[in-house]
Amino acid sequence: MGGPEIERLIQLFAKVPGLGPRSARRAVLKLLQYPEARMLPLAQAMAAAARAVKHCALCGNLDSVNPCAICADPKRDHTMICVVETVADLWALERSGVHPGLYHVLGGTLSALGGTGPDDLNIRPLLARVQPGDVQEIILALSATVDGAATSHFLTDRLAASGVHVTRVAQGVPIGGALDVLDDGTLATALRARR
Amino acid sequence: MRFGEGDAVATLFTEADGLFRGLARGAQSRAHAAAWQTGNLLNVRWIARLEDQLGSVMGELLHPAAALAMADPYGLAILSAACATAEGALPERQPYAAIFRGLLHVIAYCEVQGKAALPELVRWEAGLLRELGYGLDLSACAVSGSADNLAYVSPRTGRAVSEEAAGPWAERLLRLPPFLVGESDGDIAEWLDGLRLTGHFLARDVFGMRHRGLPAARVLLMEKVELAAK
Repeated sequence: MGGPEIERLIQLFAKVPGLGPRSARRAVLKLLQYPEARMLPLAQAMAAAARAVKHCALCGNLDSVNPCAICADPKRDHTMICVVETVADLWALERSGVHPGLYHVLGGTLSALGGTGPDDLNIRPLLARVQPGDVQEIILALSATVDGAATSHFLTDRLAASGVHVTRVAQGVPIGGALDVLDDGTLATALRARR
Repeated sequence: MRFGEGDAVATLFTEADGLFRGLARGAQSRAHAAAWQTGNLLNVRWIARLEDQLGSVMGELLHPAAALAMADPYGLAILSAACATAEGALPERQPYAAIFRGLLHVIAYCEVQGKAALPELVRWEAGLLRELGYGLDLSACAVSGSADNLAYVSPRTGRAVSEEAAGPWAERLLRLPPFLVGESDGDIAEWLDGLRLTGHFLARDVFGMRHRGLPAARVLLMEKVELAAK
Protein backbone atom coordinates (compact mmCIF):
# COMPACT_ATOMS: atom_id res chain seq x y z
CA MET A 1 0.00 0.00 0.00
CA GLY A 2 2.57 2.60 1.08
CA GLY A 3 5.83 0.69 1.34
CA PRO A 4 7.15 -1.95 3.77
CA GLU A 5 7.94 0.62 6.50
CA ILE A 6 4.31 1.67 6.80
CA GLU A 7 3.04 -1.91 6.68
CA ARG A 8 5.46 -2.91 9.42
CA LEU A 9 4.36 0.04 11.54
CA ILE A 10 0.68 -0.86 11.10
CA GLN A 11 1.39 -4.47 12.04
CA LEU A 12 3.19 -3.38 15.23
CA PHE A 13 0.48 -0.88 16.19
CA ALA A 14 -2.22 -3.52 15.66
CA LYS A 15 -0.65 -5.58 18.46
CA VAL A 16 -1.30 -2.82 21.00
CA PRO A 17 -4.28 -3.70 23.29
CA GLY A 18 -7.41 -1.88 22.16
CA LEU A 19 -6.20 -1.43 18.57
CA GLY A 20 -7.04 -3.62 15.61
CA PRO A 21 -5.69 -3.39 12.05
CA ARG A 22 -8.19 -0.67 11.11
CA SER A 23 -7.52 1.61 14.09
CA ALA A 24 -3.77 0.92 13.79
CA ARG A 25 -3.93 2.17 10.20
CA ARG A 26 -5.67 5.36 11.31
CA ALA A 27 -3.13 5.99 14.08
CA VAL A 28 -0.17 5.43 11.76
CA LEU A 29 -1.67 7.71 9.12
CA LYS A 30 -2.17 10.48 11.67
CA LEU A 31 1.41 10.15 12.91
CA LEU A 32 2.80 10.17 9.39
CA GLN A 33 1.08 13.44 8.70
CA TYR A 34 3.14 15.11 11.45
CA PRO A 35 6.44 13.23 11.52
CA GLU A 36 8.46 15.95 13.23
CA ALA A 37 5.84 17.05 15.74
CA ARG A 38 4.37 13.66 16.71
CA MET A 39 6.17 10.68 15.27
CA LEU A 40 9.80 11.35 16.16
CA PRO A 41 9.03 12.48 19.75
CA LEU A 42 6.88 9.33 20.15
CA ALA A 43 9.66 7.12 18.80
CA GLN A 44 12.24 8.76 21.08
CA ALA A 45 9.95 8.49 24.11
CA MET A 46 9.30 4.81 23.38
CA ALA A 47 12.99 4.05 22.96
CA ALA A 48 13.86 5.90 26.17
CA ALA A 49 11.12 4.09 28.12
CA ALA A 50 12.16 0.70 26.72
CA ARG A 51 15.73 1.32 27.88
CA ALA A 52 14.97 2.83 31.29
CA VAL A 53 11.80 1.22 32.65
CA LYS A 54 12.25 -1.99 34.62
CA HIS A 55 10.24 -4.03 37.10
CA CYS A 56 10.87 -3.02 40.70
CA ALA A 57 12.79 -5.79 42.44
CA LEU A 58 10.67 -5.37 45.58
CA CYS A 59 7.08 -4.93 44.44
CA GLY A 60 7.01 -5.68 40.69
CA ASN A 61 5.88 -2.16 39.73
CA LEU A 62 7.23 -0.55 36.54
CA ASP A 63 9.58 2.39 37.05
CA SER A 64 12.83 3.83 35.75
CA VAL A 65 14.42 3.50 39.19
CA ASN A 66 14.90 0.36 41.21
CA PRO A 67 13.45 0.11 43.87
CA CYS A 68 10.54 2.08 42.43
CA ALA A 69 9.55 5.55 43.65
CA ILE A 70 6.73 4.10 45.77
CA CYS A 71 8.94 1.55 47.56
CA ALA A 72 11.67 4.16 48.12
CA ASP A 73 9.31 6.85 49.46
CA PRO A 74 9.98 7.24 53.22
CA LYS A 75 6.68 9.09 53.68
CA ARG A 76 4.61 6.03 52.77
CA ASP A 77 3.42 3.56 55.37
CA HIS A 78 5.86 0.65 55.09
CA THR A 79 3.83 -1.50 57.47
CA MET A 80 0.99 -1.89 54.98
CA ILE A 81 1.21 -3.75 51.63
CA CYS A 82 -1.62 -3.85 49.11
CA VAL A 83 -1.47 -6.93 46.86
CA VAL A 84 -2.73 -6.40 43.30
CA GLU A 85 -2.87 -8.54 40.16
CA THR A 86 -1.25 -6.22 37.64
CA VAL A 87 0.57 -2.91 37.37
CA ALA A 88 -2.65 -1.48 35.88
CA ASP A 89 -4.41 -2.22 39.19
CA LEU A 90 -1.57 -0.53 41.08
CA TRP A 91 -1.92 2.57 38.89
CA ALA A 92 -5.70 2.57 39.44
CA LEU A 93 -5.24 2.55 43.22
CA GLU A 94 -2.58 5.24 43.01
CA ARG A 95 -4.93 7.44 40.98
CA SER A 96 -7.53 7.13 43.75
CA GLY A 97 -4.90 8.32 46.25
CA VAL A 98 -6.44 6.39 49.14
CA HIS A 99 -3.74 3.82 49.86
CA PRO A 100 -0.87 5.26 51.93
CA GLY A 101 1.18 2.07 52.01
CA LEU A 102 3.23 -0.02 49.60
CA TYR A 103 2.17 -2.45 46.86
CA HIS A 104 2.97 -5.92 45.62
CA VAL A 105 2.16 -6.95 42.05
CA LEU A 106 1.39 -10.68 41.72
CA GLY A 107 1.41 -10.75 37.93
CA GLY A 108 -1.95 -12.56 37.65
CA THR A 109 -4.11 -14.95 39.62
CA LEU A 110 -4.16 -18.67 40.21
CA SER A 111 -6.27 -20.32 37.55
CA ALA A 112 -7.57 -23.84 37.99
CA LEU A 113 -8.77 -24.17 34.41
CA GLY A 114 -6.05 -21.97 32.87
CA GLY A 115 -3.26 -23.92 34.57
CA THR A 116 -1.61 -21.02 36.45
CA GLY A 117 -0.08 -22.30 39.68
CA PRO A 118 1.54 -20.57 42.68
CA ASP A 119 5.02 -20.87 41.15
CA ASP A 120 3.90 -18.87 38.10
CA LEU A 121 3.09 -15.84 40.24
CA ASN A 122 5.13 -13.37 42.30
CA ILE A 123 4.10 -15.08 45.58
CA ARG A 124 7.44 -16.16 47.08
CA PRO A 125 8.80 -12.58 47.12
CA LEU A 126 5.62 -11.46 48.91
CA LEU A 127 6.11 -14.08 51.61
CA ALA A 128 9.76 -13.01 51.88
CA ARG A 129 8.74 -9.34 52.29
CA VAL A 130 6.51 -10.26 55.22
CA GLN A 131 9.13 -12.40 57.00
CA PRO A 132 11.20 -9.69 58.79
CA GLY A 133 8.14 -8.67 60.83
CA ASP A 134 7.92 -4.98 59.84
CA VAL A 135 4.72 -5.47 57.86
CA GLN A 136 1.54 -5.35 59.95
CA GLU A 137 -1.21 -5.53 57.33
CA ILE A 138 -1.60 -7.13 53.91
CA ILE A 139 -4.55 -5.86 51.88
CA LEU A 140 -5.66 -8.28 49.15
CA ALA A 141 -7.06 -6.18 46.31
CA LEU A 142 -7.67 -8.91 43.75
CA SER A 143 -10.48 -9.16 41.24
CA ALA A 144 -13.90 -10.46 42.32
CA THR A 145 -13.69 -13.55 40.14
CA VAL A 146 -13.39 -17.22 41.02
CA ASP A 147 -9.66 -17.07 40.25
CA GLY A 148 -9.18 -13.83 42.19
CA ALA A 149 -11.03 -15.19 45.22
CA ALA A 150 -9.12 -18.50 45.05
CA THR A 151 -5.84 -16.55 45.00
CA SER A 152 -6.98 -14.47 47.99
CA HIS A 153 -7.81 -17.60 49.99
CA PHE A 154 -4.51 -19.19 48.99
CA LEU A 155 -2.54 -16.12 50.11
CA THR A 156 -4.53 -15.89 53.36
CA ASP A 157 -3.54 -19.50 54.14
CA ARG A 158 0.12 -18.92 53.26
CA LEU A 159 0.33 -15.67 55.25
CA ALA A 160 -1.37 -17.11 58.34
CA ALA A 161 1.89 -18.41 59.78
CA SER A 162 3.52 -14.96 59.62
CA GLY A 163 0.97 -13.49 62.02
CA VAL A 164 0.37 -10.48 59.77
CA HIS A 165 -3.17 -9.04 59.64
CA VAL A 166 -4.69 -9.99 56.25
CA THR A 167 -7.66 -8.00 54.92
CA ARG A 168 -9.57 -7.97 51.63
CA VAL A 169 -11.17 -5.14 49.71
CA ALA A 170 -14.98 -5.08 50.02
CA GLN A 171 -17.38 -6.25 47.32
CA GLY A 172 -20.81 -4.83 46.63
CA VAL A 173 -22.82 -2.05 45.08
CA PRO A 174 -20.63 0.37 43.08
CA ILE A 175 -20.88 4.13 43.65
CA GLY A 176 -23.58 5.45 41.32
CA GLY A 177 -24.92 1.95 40.69
CA ALA A 178 -28.64 1.27 40.79
CA LEU A 179 -29.71 -2.00 42.37
CA ASP A 180 -32.05 -3.07 39.58
CA VAL A 181 -29.25 -3.20 37.00
CA LEU A 182 -26.79 -5.15 39.14
CA ASP A 183 -26.19 -8.83 38.44
CA ASP A 184 -27.47 -11.40 40.94
CA GLY A 185 -24.00 -12.34 42.15
CA THR A 186 -23.05 -8.77 43.07
CA LEU A 187 -26.39 -8.25 44.84
CA ALA A 188 -26.03 -11.48 46.80
CA THR A 189 -22.45 -10.61 47.82
CA ALA A 190 -23.47 -7.07 48.80
CA LEU A 191 -26.31 -8.34 50.96
CA ARG A 192 -24.10 -10.90 52.65
CA ALA A 193 -21.46 -8.24 53.39
CA ARG A 194 -23.98 -5.78 54.83
CA ARG A 195 -23.03 -3.94 58.01
CA MET B 1 -10.32 -19.71 28.77
CA ARG B 2 -9.51 -16.15 27.64
CA PHE B 3 -9.77 -15.46 23.96
CA GLY B 4 -8.55 -12.07 22.79
CA GLU B 5 -9.21 -8.99 24.85
CA GLY B 6 -12.90 -9.36 25.60
CA ASP B 7 -14.00 -12.85 24.61
CA ALA B 8 -13.55 -16.33 26.07
CA VAL B 9 -13.89 -19.92 24.99
CA ALA B 10 -16.41 -21.19 27.53
CA THR B 11 -16.69 -24.81 28.61
CA LEU B 12 -20.29 -25.60 29.48
CA PHE B 13 -21.74 -28.67 31.14
CA THR B 14 -25.30 -29.30 30.06
CA GLU B 15 -27.81 -31.90 31.19
CA ALA B 16 -28.90 -32.96 27.70
CA ASP B 17 -25.67 -32.64 25.70
CA GLY B 18 -22.87 -33.05 28.24
CA LEU B 19 -19.70 -31.02 27.95
CA PHE B 20 -19.86 -28.33 25.28
CA ARG B 21 -17.55 -25.52 24.22
CA GLY B 22 -18.33 -22.27 22.49
CA LEU B 23 -17.02 -18.77 21.94
CA ALA B 24 -18.64 -16.41 24.45
CA ARG B 25 -18.35 -12.92 23.01
CA GLY B 26 -17.78 -10.23 25.62
CA ALA B 27 -17.35 -12.79 28.40
CA GLN B 28 -14.45 -10.80 29.84
CA SER B 29 -16.22 -7.47 29.56
CA ARG B 30 -17.35 -5.56 32.64
CA ALA B 31 -20.99 -6.19 31.78
CA HIS B 32 -20.78 -9.96 31.31
CA ALA B 33 -17.78 -11.20 33.32
CA ALA B 34 -19.91 -11.88 36.42
CA ALA B 35 -22.10 -14.32 34.50
CA TRP B 36 -19.24 -16.29 32.95
CA GLN B 37 -17.62 -17.38 36.21
CA THR B 38 -16.74 -21.00 36.95
CA GLY B 39 -19.64 -22.87 38.58
CA ASN B 40 -22.44 -20.49 37.62
CA LEU B 41 -25.73 -21.87 36.32
CA LEU B 42 -26.71 -20.27 33.01
CA ASN B 43 -29.39 -20.57 30.40
CA VAL B 44 -27.26 -20.85 27.25
CA ARG B 45 -27.94 -20.74 23.54
CA TRP B 46 -25.33 -22.28 21.22
CA ILE B 47 -25.20 -21.25 17.58
CA ALA B 48 -22.99 -22.61 14.80
CA ARG B 49 -23.32 -23.02 11.05
CA LEU B 50 -22.23 -26.67 11.23
CA GLU B 51 -22.64 -29.08 14.12
CA ASP B 52 -18.93 -29.85 14.51
CA GLN B 53 -17.87 -26.20 14.69
CA LEU B 54 -16.90 -24.44 17.91
CA GLY B 55 -19.85 -22.07 17.53
CA SER B 56 -20.71 -19.18 19.76
CA VAL B 57 -22.71 -19.13 22.97
CA MET B 58 -24.96 -16.54 24.55
CA GLY B 59 -25.91 -16.98 28.16
CA GLU B 60 -28.19 -15.58 30.78
CA LEU B 61 -27.31 -16.03 34.43
CA LEU B 62 -29.78 -18.21 36.31
CA HIS B 63 -27.92 -18.75 39.58
CA PRO B 64 -24.71 -16.96 40.73
CA ALA B 65 -23.12 -19.98 42.41
CA ALA B 66 -19.58 -18.59 42.04
CA ALA B 67 -20.39 -15.32 43.82
CA LEU B 68 -22.17 -17.19 46.61
CA ALA B 69 -19.26 -19.58 47.15
CA MET B 70 -16.50 -16.97 46.89
CA ALA B 71 -16.48 -15.85 50.51
CA ASP B 72 -15.88 -19.34 51.88
CA PRO B 73 -12.43 -20.81 51.14
CA TYR B 74 -13.65 -24.39 51.23
CA GLY B 75 -16.83 -23.66 49.29
CA LEU B 76 -14.81 -22.03 46.52
CA ALA B 77 -12.13 -24.75 46.55
CA ILE B 78 -14.79 -27.49 46.27
CA LEU B 79 -16.61 -25.62 43.49
CA SER B 80 -13.37 -25.13 41.53
CA ALA B 81 -12.26 -28.74 42.07
CA ALA B 82 -15.61 -30.19 40.98
CA CYS B 83 -15.80 -28.04 37.84
CA ALA B 84 -12.17 -28.71 36.88
CA THR B 85 -12.67 -32.45 37.41
CA ALA B 86 -15.82 -32.51 35.28
CA GLU B 87 -14.11 -30.44 32.59
CA GLY B 88 -11.07 -32.72 32.46
CA ALA B 89 -12.75 -36.09 32.95
CA LEU B 90 -15.76 -36.04 30.66
CA PRO B 91 -15.69 -36.47 26.90
CA GLU B 92 -17.26 -33.64 24.89
CA ARG B 93 -20.83 -33.71 23.60
CA GLN B 94 -21.90 -36.90 25.36
CA PRO B 95 -24.77 -36.63 27.83
CA TYR B 96 -24.13 -37.48 31.47
CA ALA B 97 -27.38 -36.39 33.07
CA ALA B 98 -26.74 -38.10 36.41
CA ILE B 99 -23.29 -36.47 36.68
CA PHE B 100 -24.82 -33.11 35.80
CA ARG B 101 -27.49 -33.43 38.49
CA GLY B 102 -24.87 -34.60 40.98
CA LEU B 103 -22.72 -31.57 40.20
CA LEU B 104 -25.70 -29.27 40.79
CA HIS B 105 -26.12 -30.95 44.17
CA VAL B 106 -22.43 -30.40 45.05
CA ILE B 107 -22.58 -26.75 43.98
CA ALA B 108 -25.75 -26.16 46.02
CA TYR B 109 -24.07 -27.73 49.05
CA CYS B 110 -20.78 -25.84 48.79
CA GLU B 111 -22.57 -22.48 48.66
CA VAL B 112 -24.08 -22.96 52.09
CA GLN B 113 -22.14 -25.73 53.82
CA GLY B 114 -18.52 -24.87 52.99
CA LYS B 115 -16.25 -27.61 54.33
CA ALA B 116 -19.22 -29.89 55.10
CA ALA B 117 -19.81 -30.24 51.34
CA LEU B 118 -16.69 -32.43 51.04
CA PRO B 119 -18.60 -35.75 51.49
CA GLU B 120 -20.94 -34.66 48.69
CA LEU B 121 -17.93 -34.02 46.44
CA VAL B 122 -16.48 -37.45 47.22
CA ARG B 123 -19.84 -39.14 46.54
CA TRP B 124 -20.10 -37.22 43.26
CA GLU B 125 -16.58 -38.28 42.25
CA ALA B 126 -17.43 -41.91 43.06
CA GLY B 127 -20.50 -41.51 40.82
CA LEU B 128 -18.34 -39.98 38.11
CA LEU B 129 -16.00 -42.98 38.23
CA ARG B 130 -19.00 -45.32 38.00
CA GLU B 131 -20.50 -43.46 35.01
CA LEU B 132 -17.15 -43.56 33.20
CA GLY B 133 -16.84 -47.31 33.74
CA TYR B 134 -14.35 -47.29 36.61
CA GLY B 135 -16.80 -47.72 39.48
CA LEU B 136 -15.69 -48.85 42.91
CA ASP B 137 -17.20 -52.08 44.20
CA LEU B 138 -18.11 -51.34 47.80
CA SER B 139 -20.85 -53.96 48.16
CA ALA B 140 -18.82 -56.71 49.84
CA CYS B 141 -15.30 -57.63 50.90
CA ALA B 142 -13.22 -58.86 47.97
CA VAL B 143 -11.52 -61.46 50.22
CA SER B 144 -14.23 -62.82 52.52
CA GLY B 145 -17.41 -61.83 50.66
CA SER B 146 -18.78 -60.32 53.85
CA ALA B 147 -20.61 -57.00 53.70
CA ASP B 148 -19.75 -56.18 57.33
CA ASN B 149 -17.03 -53.92 58.67
CA LEU B 150 -15.76 -52.73 55.27
CA ALA B 151 -12.81 -50.45 56.02
CA TYR B 152 -10.46 -50.42 53.01
CA VAL B 153 -10.39 -50.42 49.22
CA SER B 154 -7.83 -52.17 47.08
CA PRO B 155 -5.91 -49.49 45.11
CA ARG B 156 -5.53 -52.00 42.26
CA THR B 157 -9.04 -53.41 41.82
CA GLY B 158 -11.23 -50.78 43.48
CA ARG B 159 -12.99 -53.46 45.55
CA ALA B 160 -13.76 -53.12 49.23
CA VAL B 161 -11.83 -55.06 51.88
CA SER B 162 -13.06 -55.65 55.42
CA GLU B 163 -11.06 -54.71 58.53
CA GLU B 164 -10.50 -58.41 59.39
CA ALA B 165 -9.42 -59.43 55.88
CA ALA B 166 -7.01 -56.51 55.49
CA GLY B 167 -4.72 -57.80 58.22
CA PRO B 168 -1.06 -56.94 57.59
CA TRP B 169 -1.87 -55.43 54.16
CA ALA B 170 -3.91 -52.60 55.67
CA GLU B 171 -1.11 -50.07 55.12
CA ARG B 172 -1.08 -50.79 51.39
CA LEU B 173 -4.82 -50.28 51.05
CA LEU B 174 -6.84 -47.07 50.72
CA ARG B 175 -9.10 -46.23 53.65
CA LEU B 176 -12.81 -46.47 52.90
CA PRO B 177 -14.64 -43.63 54.69
CA PRO B 178 -17.88 -44.90 56.31
CA PHE B 179 -19.93 -42.11 54.68
CA LEU B 180 -19.35 -43.72 51.28
CA VAL B 181 -21.22 -46.87 52.36
CA GLY B 182 -24.24 -45.02 53.65
CA GLU B 183 -23.30 -43.98 57.15
CA SER B 184 -23.21 -40.42 58.56
CA ASP B 185 -21.14 -37.68 56.92
CA GLY B 186 -18.20 -38.20 59.30
CA ASP B 187 -15.39 -35.79 60.12
CA ILE B 188 -12.51 -34.12 58.29
CA ALA B 189 -10.25 -37.18 58.61
CA GLU B 190 -12.87 -39.30 56.83
CA TRP B 191 -13.37 -36.61 54.17
CA LEU B 192 -9.63 -36.67 53.55
CA ASP B 193 -9.74 -40.48 53.22
CA GLY B 194 -12.55 -40.05 50.71
CA LEU B 195 -10.62 -37.48 48.67
CA ARG B 196 -7.57 -39.78 48.63
CA LEU B 197 -9.72 -42.73 47.57
CA THR B 198 -11.51 -41.11 44.64
CA GLY B 199 -8.41 -39.03 43.80
CA HIS B 200 -6.36 -42.22 43.38
CA PHE B 201 -8.78 -43.76 40.88
CA LEU B 202 -9.45 -40.50 39.06
CA ALA B 203 -5.70 -39.94 38.66
CA ARG B 204 -5.03 -43.50 37.52
CA ASP B 205 -8.07 -44.45 35.46
CA VAL B 206 -9.55 -41.19 34.18
CA PHE B 207 -6.79 -38.60 33.92
CA GLY B 208 -3.93 -41.11 33.73
CA MET B 209 -5.48 -42.70 30.64
CA ARG B 210 -5.10 -39.32 28.95
CA HIS B 211 -1.55 -38.89 30.27
CA ARG B 212 -2.63 -36.01 32.48
CA GLY B 213 -2.48 -35.42 36.21
CA LEU B 214 -5.36 -34.47 38.45
CA PRO B 215 -6.53 -30.88 37.86
CA ALA B 216 -4.61 -28.25 39.85
CA ALA B 217 -7.80 -27.20 41.66
CA ARG B 218 -8.36 -30.78 42.87
CA VAL B 219 -4.74 -31.04 44.07
CA LEU B 220 -4.99 -27.69 45.91
CA LEU B 221 -8.23 -28.80 47.59
CA MET B 222 -6.55 -31.98 48.77
CA GLU B 223 -3.60 -29.99 50.18
CA LYS B 224 -6.00 -27.65 51.94
CA VAL B 225 -7.90 -30.51 53.59
CA GLU B 226 -4.63 -32.27 54.52
CA LEU B 227 -3.45 -29.11 56.30
CA ALA B 228 -6.76 -28.74 58.11
CA ALA B 229 -6.79 -32.41 59.17
CA LYS B 230 -3.36 -32.18 60.86
